[in-house]
Amino acid sequence: MTTSTKGTAKIPAVLVLEDGRTFRGRAYGAVGETFGEAVFSTGMTGYQETLTDPSYHRQVVIMTAPHVGNTGVNDEDPESARIWVSGYVVRDPARVPSNWRSRRSLDEELRRQGVVGISGIDTRALTRHLRERGAMRVGIFSGNALPDAGTMLAEVRQAPEMKGANLSAEVATKEPYVVPAIGAKKFTVAAVDLGIKGMTPHRMAERGIEVHVLPATATAEDVYAVNPDGVFFSNGPGDPATADHPVSVMREVLSRKTPLFGICFGNQILGRALGFGTYKLKYGHRGINQPVQDRTTGKVEVTAHNHGFAVDAPLDKVSDTPFGRAEVSHVCLNDDVVEGLQLLDQPAFSVQYHPEAAAGPHDAAYLFDRFVSLMEGQRA
Amino acid sequence: MPKRTDIQSVLVIGSGPIVIGQAAEFDYSGTQACRVLKSEGLRVVLVNSNPATIMTDPEIADATYVEPITPEFVEKIIAKERPDALLPTLGGQTALNTAISLHEAGTLDKYGVELIGANVEAIHKGEDRDLFKEVVEAVNAKIGHGESARSVICHSMDDVLKGVDELGGYPVVVRPSFTMGGAGSGFAHDEEELRRIAGQGLTLSPTTEVLLEESILGWKEYELELMRDKHDNVVVVCSIENFDPMGVHTGDSITVAPAMTLTDREYQILRDIGIAVIREVGVDTGGCNIQFAVNPEDGRVIVIEMNPRVSRSSALASKATGFPIAKIAARLAVGYTLDEIPNDITEQTPASFEPTLDYVVVKVPRFAFEKFPAADASLTTTMKSVGEAMAIGRNFTEALQKALRSLEKKGSQFAFTGEPGGKAELLELAQVPTDGRINTVMQAIRAGATPQEVFDATKIDPWFVDQLFLVKEIADEIAAVDKLGPDILADAKRHGFSDAQIADIRGLREDVVREVRHALGVRPVYKTVDTCAAEFAARTPYFYSSYDEETEVAPREKPAVIILGSGPNRIGQGIEFDYSCVHASFALSDAGYETVMVNCNPETVSTDYDTSDRLYFEPLTLEDVLEIVHAETQAGPVAGVVVQLGGQTPLGLAQALKDNGVPIVGTSPEAIDLAEERGAFGRVLTEAGLPAPKYGTAFSFDEAKTIAAEIGYPVMVRPSYVLGGRGMEIVYDEPSLAGYLERHAGLIDRHPVLIDRFLDDAIEIDVDALYDGHELYLGGVMEHIEEAGIHSGDSACALPPITLGGFDIKRLRASTEAIAKGVGVRGLINIQFAMAGDILYVLEANPRASRTVPFTSKATAVPLAKAAARISLGATISELRAEGMLPRTGDGGTLPLDAPISVKEAVMPWSRFRDIHGRGVDTVLGPEMRSTGEVMGIDSVFGTAYAKSQSGAYGALPTKGRAFVSVANRDKRSMIFPARELVAHGFELLATSGTAEVLRRNGIKTTVVRKQSEGQGPNGEKTIVQLIHDGEVDLIVNTPYGTGGRLDGYDIRTASVARGIPCLTTVQALAAAVQGIDAMSRGDVGVRSLQEHARHLTAAREE
Repeated sequence: MTTSTKGTAKIPAVLVLEDGRTFRGRAYGAVGETFGEAVFSTGMTGYQETLTDPSYHRQVVIMTAPHVGNTGVNDEDPESARIWVSGYVVRDPARVPSNWRSRRSLDEELRRQGVVGISGIDTRALTRHLRERGAMRVGIFSGNALPDAGTMLAEVRQAPEMKGANLSAEVATKEPYVVPAIGAKKFTVAAVDLGIKGMTPHRMAERGIEVHVLPATATAEDVYAVNPDGVFFSNGPGDPATADHPVSVMREVLSRKTPLFGICFGNQILGRALGFGTYKLKYGHRGINQPVQDRTTGKVEVTAHNHGFAVDAPLDKVSDTPFGRAEVSHVCLNDDVVEGLQLLDQPAFSVQYHPEAAAGPHDAAYLFDRFVSLMEGQRA
Repeated sequence: MPKRTDIQSVLVIGSGPIVIGQAAEFDYSGTQACRVLKSEGLRVVLVNSNPATIMTDPEIADATYVEPITPEFVEKIIAKERPDALLPTLGGQTALNTAISLHEAGTLDKYGVELIGANVEAIHKGEDRDLFKEVVEAVNAKIGHGESARSVICHSMDDVLKGVDELGGYPVVVRPSFTMGGAGSGFAHDEEELRRIAGQGLTLSPTTEVLLEESILGWKEYELELMRDKHDNVVVVCSIENFDPMGVHTGDSITVAPAMTLTDREYQILRDIGIAVIREVGVDTGGCNIQFAVNPEDGRVIVIEMNPRVSRSSALASKATGFPIAKIAARLAVGYTLDEIPNDITEQTPASFEPTLDYVVVKVPRFAFEKFPAADASLTTTMKSVGEAMAIGRNFTEALQKALRSLEKKGSQFAFTGEPGGKAELLELAQVPTDGRINTVMQAIRAGATPQEVFDATKIDPWFVDQLFLVKEIADEIAAVDKLGPDILADAKRHGFSDAQIADIRGLREDVVREVRHALGVRPVYKTVDTCAAEFAARTPYFYSSYDEETEVAPREKPAVIILGSGPNRIGQGIEFDYSCVHASFALSDAGYETVMVNCNPETVSTDYDTSDRLYFEPLTLEDVLEIVHAETQAGPVAGVVVQLGGQTPLGLAQALKDNGVPIVGTSPEAIDLAEERGAFGRVLTEAGLPAPKYGTAFSFDEAKTIAAEIGYPVMVRPSYVLGGRGMEIVYDEPSLAGYLERHAGLIDRHPVLIDRFLDDAIEIDVDALYDGHELYLGGVMEHIEEAGIHSGDSACALPPITLGGFDIKRLRASTEAIAKGVGVRGLINIQFAMAGDILYVLEANPRASRTVPFTSKATAVPLAKAAARISLGATISELRAEGMLPRTGDGGTLPLDAPISVKEAVMPWSRFRDIHGRGVDTVLGPEMRSTGEVMGIDSVFGTAYAKSQSGAYGALPTKGRAFVSVANRDKRSMIFPARELVAHGFELLATSGTAEVLRRNGIKTTVVRKQSEGQGPNGEKTIVQLIHDGEVDLIVNTPYGTGGRLDGYDIRTASVARGIPCLTTVQALAAAVQGIDAMSRGDVGVRSLQEHARHLTAAREE
């Protein structure tokens, strides 16, 4: 144990928002420049999972928890093979990691993967700014020779916006692969990867499901080629309004009445497939403390969220859709945002949040059981 | 599902007197709960024997019983009030135990009272070690995580040696079965120790059985605070990580929120276990707290224990997160679910979520070992701290350093100058957890210790160790820079360095550093505790400082009054001062001011964000207060700062604040100084023609020697400028005087030592009064039961005085007025008098709220602290009389003849402390205050009120049985009548030979018992100490024999503490107790609420 990582600690860095607000701090992780959509995450644990969640692709993540990196980086907790965030903003990075599973420091890992970050800024002021003004584009610039303010702002404003972005294909697997069932295999599920997190197929595998993870470009034929008992649509980055291809695949699945489960982006796709619209939230839900009510039981679960878009469906009535009656099954108690949909006449449901957790509480793990019982019901 | 409609009235049980382990946090919780229940339209009946609480203010509940919290008295209250339900989870262990007794005795069934917020089975499952072990096993079977510490039961040394292998080696804990108070248990680090401890244990155990348990010393320790509603919704309100690893009671540990060194995977495992435990135990609604130990080598989790109720930790968690656990627990108990309760802070979102923090909270304990020099000061699993300070910062170093300076104790802040000492010795010292170990670690780091060495010595997590290195590196940079520029100052401040620390490192004055810092524009901003890391807008101005960019203090228009609180609880400065601050806040808010509270004590009502318009959770140092005044001045007009209600802490800042241009309201700092400085105060007395005992002030032994000789021994010696009689002693001769000065060199380095004539056999009198510059309002006159020479905080007293006549009151009034006027008081003043023979001496005057203000206010039904706050801001006594805040006519000196008698009794922490040999510490009262809390007994006659005070403090006085009497020679005369009374009540008297002789000569039948020094008799006659230990004595009267003989009674008094037998150490207390026993044996002890007493008193006043 040594007091290491003074590496980039004294190199200046600047964070510039597209509305011109600027924060000055010190470089963290890789030195250079990066752009993305500025979003804040309120989780106090789970930075490794957050960094490797493909849904954060093209986003610069601001951690509201001040101390980040305390438990270092291990080889078990990542949710995918790489870090996806385009930039990382923390207040007080750890100088030494402390955990029996830690392999290296977070600072090293960020540098190794070329992730540009900034530390030592007033992250709370930045969070409040985004809360009041909404998510927006941002740039982080670090190094000993920084461009002038005007140049930096212009560069931020040239970066692409999240609205209208079609990103699934950029993060999803290129080749199909199989996650075998743990123990006796009971079901086969085709999982369309729109940016899937590693924990999701794991949660299914734990329940005796063999998961065939398919690329985002998979067609209905590809899906049915694995002879699935159920079909799953994953989480992922980007604007659901652009996801025309997965929407059409989902419609095919719905018309065949195959048991269907969607998470996050998958929920928005179900919404669209049913004919609902989607919209961008002012600053999104990103954290692991969000109260969601299961409207069928009235129970409240504390859940992990990471979504900037939401489905626009009526909360107070059952809707008629091309696939029969549908209703909002889950709602966020903080702001009444739609957090889940279910069809009443056929086996399909989805949630906007993350029952697989990682990071986050396990309160909603029952949804995987619900998916299993839909498949059992179909078989019976 | 909204509130239950079948409950119309609820009985809430408080926690009684402040004791170590059960302190002001239960006033905070209980007050919140009572307010919530009342706002729900329920009739709230409250019982709490502690008058210094906000919860026992008459407006908090509908019927407030300041009565002993015993099953007998609570049953009387139930019979009278017939509540529908009993809420037992908010008054600590006291309330829980009382509720269980009432349940088991069938009282609750008899009166149809439903237990809400907890069921008996759940309480047993949570509290019984064996049942809880089963709970943990059941949880493990369900979710595959969590276990209890592994153990094996052994009946022979062979079993023991095999057991160690089964447990995986040394160290192991040895616990002999069925021994009293865990006698004979200990840690064995090797076979030799094991053979010794276990061998002894097998002998000690009546069943020749010892339990060997794996040692989890040095593991990481965590706590979770959970809440559950009747729909089985569960949330984790807060995670807490202990800086000190396993082995130190969590109340004595430095603790941090949120947990700092857990990955999400590990945290979620703790969360899953916590939720499974609360379900398995069956806490239907409300909060609970669960403690975990985590092995730093492999993450193995052991569930240590749970508290199925609101606790000290839940109060801390509430303050740390802004999530008011007690308030919500009360709502859940009457039928609401979490999602139906709004989050107070955001107002928009529900309480069914888990707070997330964008700051770090550090709590540090405050100890009082200096008051108990004989006690073993190492920290163990028995809690020994008397208070705590909490600080909030944007990172750990900032929060830690703020917390350490909040302790207001010399040496509590890290020091970076001077010789640190030898590395090896420091590291060795750091191995044993003690008060201030963290400072030892810092010195070890300065002395060159490596992080690994620090970890090896202390097992403090490497991340925390690195944070200490970070602090030290910043200190090095501060020392190394050419001059204090903005960068280094900002860096230092971001890591919590105070101006004073920076000044010390740079060899400058504190105010110079501050000037430089201000000139460079390095000032704090204030952030909000909002439960949600800024995800939603906060509506509650609950602030902490940080050296960040953006402040969240909103502008305001109303003039603000800033009230400085009293900081961490300590002996001599406790909850009573918080009480006065809270009252000031309420009164000034009603009078149209915006109230701003500053305090750093998480246990208190003052640091509830509901109490004042704005709350600054900040240290009470000059620097921190000046910055708050600055921030509030930027926000709007500031009418002034109130310093006279929070005890010595704010008082000590008064002059410096004024010198920095801060408006101080009420009594001026100069007047405060006048009363503190003996020379000036002496002139005030002389001018008013008032006698004071002969005294002098000395800076050296030579001066002291001369003065003492002039006054004549015995003399009372003490340092000036202290509270609670710190360092005060009665000195009988010159060598003792020399010894005293040597021992207290640290206390008298800046201020002189005061030497007073000691008034033997005088009656001590306390007066609380208000003065507005023209008129005096005598708040109350308290007559001490113990003689002068025992600290007023440790002495029982009665109000109205029981032996003083109208002429005495008149003299007291005149003297009080003369002093208040001479000093220049605007607000409260407390004066201690001593009546010796017929002369009324002035002992001392304190121009501030005293410890007795809450007691006086309750006994006379007049809110003195509120009135004082108003007077500070310019109101006159006649205006307050007209408003109705003070009675229209008369005052506390003119109480009607049939006014109730209130008795205050002090509660001592003896049972908490042991010396290094494991023996109890002596219980004799003296001029240095050592009580932690107090109770009040109120009734129409003195005897009953006194009996109630004893029941509330120590358990009921016996009405029959055996009384042991052993008194000093000077007390032998005054003992005869009360002793005769005891016999008349059917007591058998026991006495040692000397006392027995006197009693027998006076015709009082007495049995002679053997002294401890005489040992067991030839026919196995037990000594008195053995008799006490064997439970054969019901009442003990033992007055100490001056200096030389003091040790004789030591064994008797410590035995009485160990067995919980009432022990009277003054003959005056015996006389009072006899009156109490008389009242109790007549069996006419009733209960009456404060509201009824007040109605009675008001009616009598109007006549």
